Amino acid sequence: MTENENTTNDPIIICEDVHKWFDDFHVLKGITTTFKKGEKAVICGPSGSGKSTFIRTINRLEEHQRGTIIVDGIELSNDLRNINLIRQEVGMVFQQFNLFPHLTNIKNITLGPIQVRKMSKNAAEEAALALLERMDIADQAYKYPAEISGGQQQRVAIARALAMEPKIMLFDEPTSALDPEMISEVLDVMRELAHSGMTMLVVTHEMGFAREVADRIMFFDEGVVIEEAPPADFFDNPQHERTKLFISQTLQH
Amino acid sequence: MMEDNSPKVISDKIPFYRDVRFLKVFFQILFIIGIILLAGFLYSNMLNGLSRQGIELNLTFLNSEAGFELSEGIDFEPSETFLKAFWVGIVNTLKVSILGIFSATAIGFFFGIARLSSNWLIRQIASVYVECFRNIPLVLQIVFWYAIMLVLPVVRESISFFDSIFINVRGVYLPALEGTAGLILWLWYLLSGIIIAIIVVLGLAAFRYFFQSRELHATSRPSFISNIIFGAKWVAAPTFLIIAIVGWFLTPEVPFELSRPEFRGFNFVGGMNFSPEFTALLIGLAVYTSAFIAEVVRSGIQAVVKGQREAARSVGLKESQVLRLVVVPQAIPVIVPPLTSQYLNLAKNSSLAIFIGFPDLFQVGEIMMSQTGQSIPIFAMIMVSYLIMSLTTSAFMNWYNHRITRIGRSR
Ligand SMILES: Nc1ncnc2c1ncn2[C@@H]1O[C@H](COP(=O)(O)OP(=O)(O)OP(=O)(O)O)[C@@H](O)[C@H]1O
Ligand SMILES: [Mg+2]
Repeated sequence: MTENENTTNDPIIICEDVHKWFDDFHVLKGITTTFKKGEKAVICGPSGSGKSTFIRTINRLEEHQRGTIIVDGIELSNDLRNINLIRQEVGMVFQQFNLFPHLTNIKNITLGPIQVRKMSKNAAEEAALALLERMDIADQAYKYPAEISGGQQQRVAIARALAMEPKIMLFDEPTSALDPEMISEVLDVMRELAHSGMTMLVVTHEMGFAREVADRIMFFDEGVVIEEAPPADFFDNPQHERTKLFISQTLQH
Repeated sequence: MMEDNSPKVISDKIPFYRDVRFLKVFFQILFIIGIILLAGFLYSNMLNGLSRQGIELNLTFLNSEAGFELSEGIDFEPSETFLKAFWVGIVNTLKVSILGIFSATAIGFFFGIARLSSNWLIRQIASVYVECFRNIPLVLQIVFWYAIMLVLPVVRESISFFDSIFINVRGVYLPALEGTAGLILWLWYLLSGIIIAIIVVLGLAAFRYFFQSRELHATSRPSFISNIIFGAKWVAAPTFLIIAIVGWFLTPEVPFELSRPEFRGFNFVGGMNFSPEFTALLIGLAVYTSAFIAEVVRSGIQAVVKGQREAARSVGLKESQVLRLVVVPQAIPVIVPPLTSQYLNLAKNSSLAIFIGFPDLFQVGEIMMSQTGQSIPIFAMIMVSYLIMSLTTSAFMNWYNHRITRIGRSR
């Protein structure tokens, strides 16, 4: 139904039997999946099920201990060069925004392009202003993060990630720390990004957004994906008891 | 006019004993008067006591001949005054404190960052260093370093590095930059450079302000100040540099020369010399304080939340860039206040010099007291000197902290 016109058949992230332990606590218990270029995947599941940990393994904020992850043809190994290359191709947006408080919004955005991509200051600032324009907050460029609202901060954070021109964007509950009236301004931006053809992995509890934008919904429970399906099937015809319970609980309010 | 149901406006006429503005000032004045009375009482009591013992308080003794020698510091003869001797002590204290602060900061930052290294061995070495040196009393450490200085080889068998640094029982000999006859001339060039730069900038700023930007819209017209800053950066600095460089070459004799210690006869000449006492004191103060500074640095860095590093990594920064561009700038405001108190401790601890006979402020003061019997004014002079040094350091660090502390840390 909402199968996105941008989705291709070329795989961009390949995960094979990915395992992760925190000491002897088994968090990810063999995740095998493939994300295609332009695909939008929404990841949901109960608290502590390993959603954050999973998307954080994809840009090596967490190390996986078994299995393979290949991002855009580069294997995520202990090779520092590969890690750095992958981080340049994968942007991430955090629940707590994590903007750099000592830098103005525009400097937050240009830091990566100038330091990593070696762009000139002028070119980087021009690009940053264009991104802020796209996020509808061009007038906040020269303020500090602490001086703008949560919704605006999260949009600056999205712009910061996009400034590196990533091929993949990871979102870890981007609206969970926001007041209700600011959620939609962030979701609007994400929707626009989805239509532009970006590959997106989104951990979220916003089921309306999931139904509208996702190509696939993955349901995590205790470190395994127990169900994955296009939104229509997922919501209207869930297979597992656990999924049914989760859907009835989240749709209740 | 006024409706009945409108809130009752509190009248402006408050009796003074209930007026907060009055009470605030009143109690402060009362407090100051109390302190003055108490101080006056103590002071007159002291004078009475002293005059009963036949001692009079005045500072005239400072101008009489000292009659003792000082082992090091700026040139001093026994025939000079007590005041001059005191000044030698101050300079010695300043010298060891300032050098100590710089070295302790460098060593402390190094070990503080090393304690957070991902390398196990580096981490362990750093924590052993910190735990050892901050848990042994400083006096012991200073005396220990002094003992080591005294068992070093004799002058003839000096330990040497690159033929320019020599260490022996008489201390440490280092190369030094020394001004030559050409220095004075070059300083004149520098002075004229500064004057010319100022004239050029003011002229340029005035020109731009009055003529060039006439046609611009009033609001976007740069202010006089911003013109000056622009000029200082792009015109004055280059002008000054050119004059300084040209002056350097025009001066017949190169203004500075590197003087290396050389062995002549029985001793080294040239370069600069740190006596064993000075060296032991400096090493003791720097090493001891650096262990505390390492802890300050470590906790400052750890105070930067984990999400900041993660965000920095996620935009592709390398670990060294993460540290330099994101973590350290946020840690500095956390580090500076406790760092200041470490600096103050170092300066005050330099008075332990008395244990190894280094003529610092306190030791010179001691000698003066035993020679003149004027212990109260001399003690006061010593305390005031330390106080001035400490307050200056605090003031500078506060200013620095104020300057670097950016508006609110987010959330
Ligand atoms: N650094 C860590 N050290 C030890 N355990 C951790 C660490 N990070 C996460 N965990 C544990 O791993 C499990 C999965 O955590 P994760 O953050 O991936 O869950 P989540 O699905 O994102 O949950 P939530 O919806 O609450 O964000 C949790 O039980 C958590 O306590
Ligand atoms: Mg999570």
